[in-house]
Amino acid sequence: MRITIDEDKCCGAGQCVLAAPEVFDQRDEDGVVVLLDAEPPAEQHAAVTEAAQICPAAAIALA
Amino acid sequence: MTEAPAAPAPALTTRRAPGCPFDPPPVTQELREQAPVTRVSLWNGSTAWLVTRHEEQVALLRDPRISADSRHSGYPTVSASFEATRAHNRTFITMDEPEHNAQRRRFTGDFTIKRMQALRPRIERIITDLLDAMEQAGPPADLVTDFALPLPSLVICELLGVPYEDHDFFQRCSAVMIDTRSAPEAALAASQELLDYLEKLVEFKAEQPGDDLLSRLAEQYLLTGESTVDECAKQARLLLIAGHETTANMIALGTCALLQHPDQLAAVRDGSPQRVAGAVEELLRYLTITHMGRRRVAVADIEVGGQLIRAGEAVICANDLANRDPEVFADPDRLDVDRAARAHLAFGSGPHQCLGQNLARIELQLAYPALLRRFPGLRLDRPLEELPFRTDMAVYGLHELPLSW
Ligand code: HEM
Ligand code: SF4
Repeated sequence: MRITIDEDKCCGAGQCVLAAPEVFDQRDEDGVVVLLDAEPPAEQHAAVTEAAQICPAAAIALA
Repeated sequence: MTEAPAAPAPALTTRRAPGCPFDPPPVTQELREQAPVTRVSLWNGSTAWLVTRHEEQVALLRDPRISADSRHSGYPTVSASFEATRAHNRTFITMDEPEHNAQRRRFTGDFTIKRMQALRPRIERIITDLLDAMEQAGPPADLVTDFALPLPSLVICELLGVPYEDHDFFQRCSAVMIDTRSAPEAALAASQELLDYLEKLVEFKAEQPGDDLLSRLAEQYLLTGESTVDECAKQARLLLIAGHETTANMIALGTCALLQHPDQLAAVRDGSPQRVAGAVEELLRYLTITHMGRRRVAVADIEVGGQLIRAGEAVICANDLANRDPEVFADPDRLDVDRAARAHLAFGSGPHQCLGQNLARIELQLAYPALLRRFPGLRLDRPLEELPFRTDMAVYGLHELPLSW
């Protein structure tokens, strides 16, 4: 799994951090998503898939 | 053969079935069964497309061809009072990209998960103090005035730097503004009164800044000339209203719903923090207090759910219906605090999804168990059918929740 994020779209809702805190964080100044691990291990895949689905801005793409 | 005249579109309503204060209105539930996108008529005789299911709502709310700008002539307002104030209330909640996110990002740093987690001890303190006062006064109590409303009001006041002593004033203005039955002149006057108050406050913060959000707003945007005082005050008003009305109603309505489901109540009272966090998502889903739908206008032709929505037409995403969509939530009308509910649309979806959601989550995760542990014998002091539900307010909930213990 490879994650890419679109910072411009991100609205800082933090849903990804709630779903997969080991993979996503938020920048302190403006809450924009920070990708901690672009190729997370298999045990994170379900949480990352959920994050991508519930991200309101569709800012998380998986390949 | 002549074609039969098209049947008039059914009127959109927030009236629920007697005895079912937690379920969406029967009229709209029926519409969901008929089609994913269907015509309804509104209070002023205009029509809108009601989007009834989860999948199409998420697609539309994320779609850049959908506008939240209430200045469009086709925008579906909820009442004459909202119609009167729509031009007066322009903030990022009714702006489109790229303007919307540029403005929203002034505040997203204030509402990150980390920042909200750091508020935990302070929120716990406020909760303890309010419950102490309730316990000392003894039963009966109105949960709304004694707990549900003061808790989020105190928290948002501290965060913004609004003096809590003024809560009677801003709660009254807010209540008039979000009441669909308000006379248009009254809604405008309340809106202006609150704006005047916040303009003075923002100007004061510019001169004597403290450690709060409005001081930062004044310093970064007012004093630099990037925004006018009117713009700053409108943003402050949005945060103040959204920050207290919503959470307050979730606390009261959620408590009321749990009292009708004792097994679920026990799970929230005795559950681990993780289980309680899940329960809060489920209560948000089940209750969907933002019951008037996410309101939008198409700015281009959009095909969705087998229906062509034309540019200029009104769209209402009924998030209360999406949250009861059986395709997404099995046995959707059952309150089940252990279900996976996080895909709910109680906070909306798309770029406008609630800015304060992680504040609301923490307030609710702390408030329900603290209340239920403090008063294990908590019960309604009046039959459910006699409780004053907020059918006509933009935010659903209870005007009053009399309880004993
Ligand atoms: C349980 C509590 C809450 C619920 C159910 C709720 C619900 C919502 C919903 C549905 C929206 C989307 C509006 C739309 O799509 O048109 C929204 C937006 C918003 N909410 Fe909340 N909210 C809650 C608490 C809060 C709190 C505590 C704040 C604190 C400041 C807040 C501030 C906002 C703001 C500023 C917006 C506009 C965001 C934008 O347009 O980008 N909300 N909320
Ligand atoms: S869930 Fe989406 S919008 Fe929210 S912070 Fe993460 S990437 Fe940004």
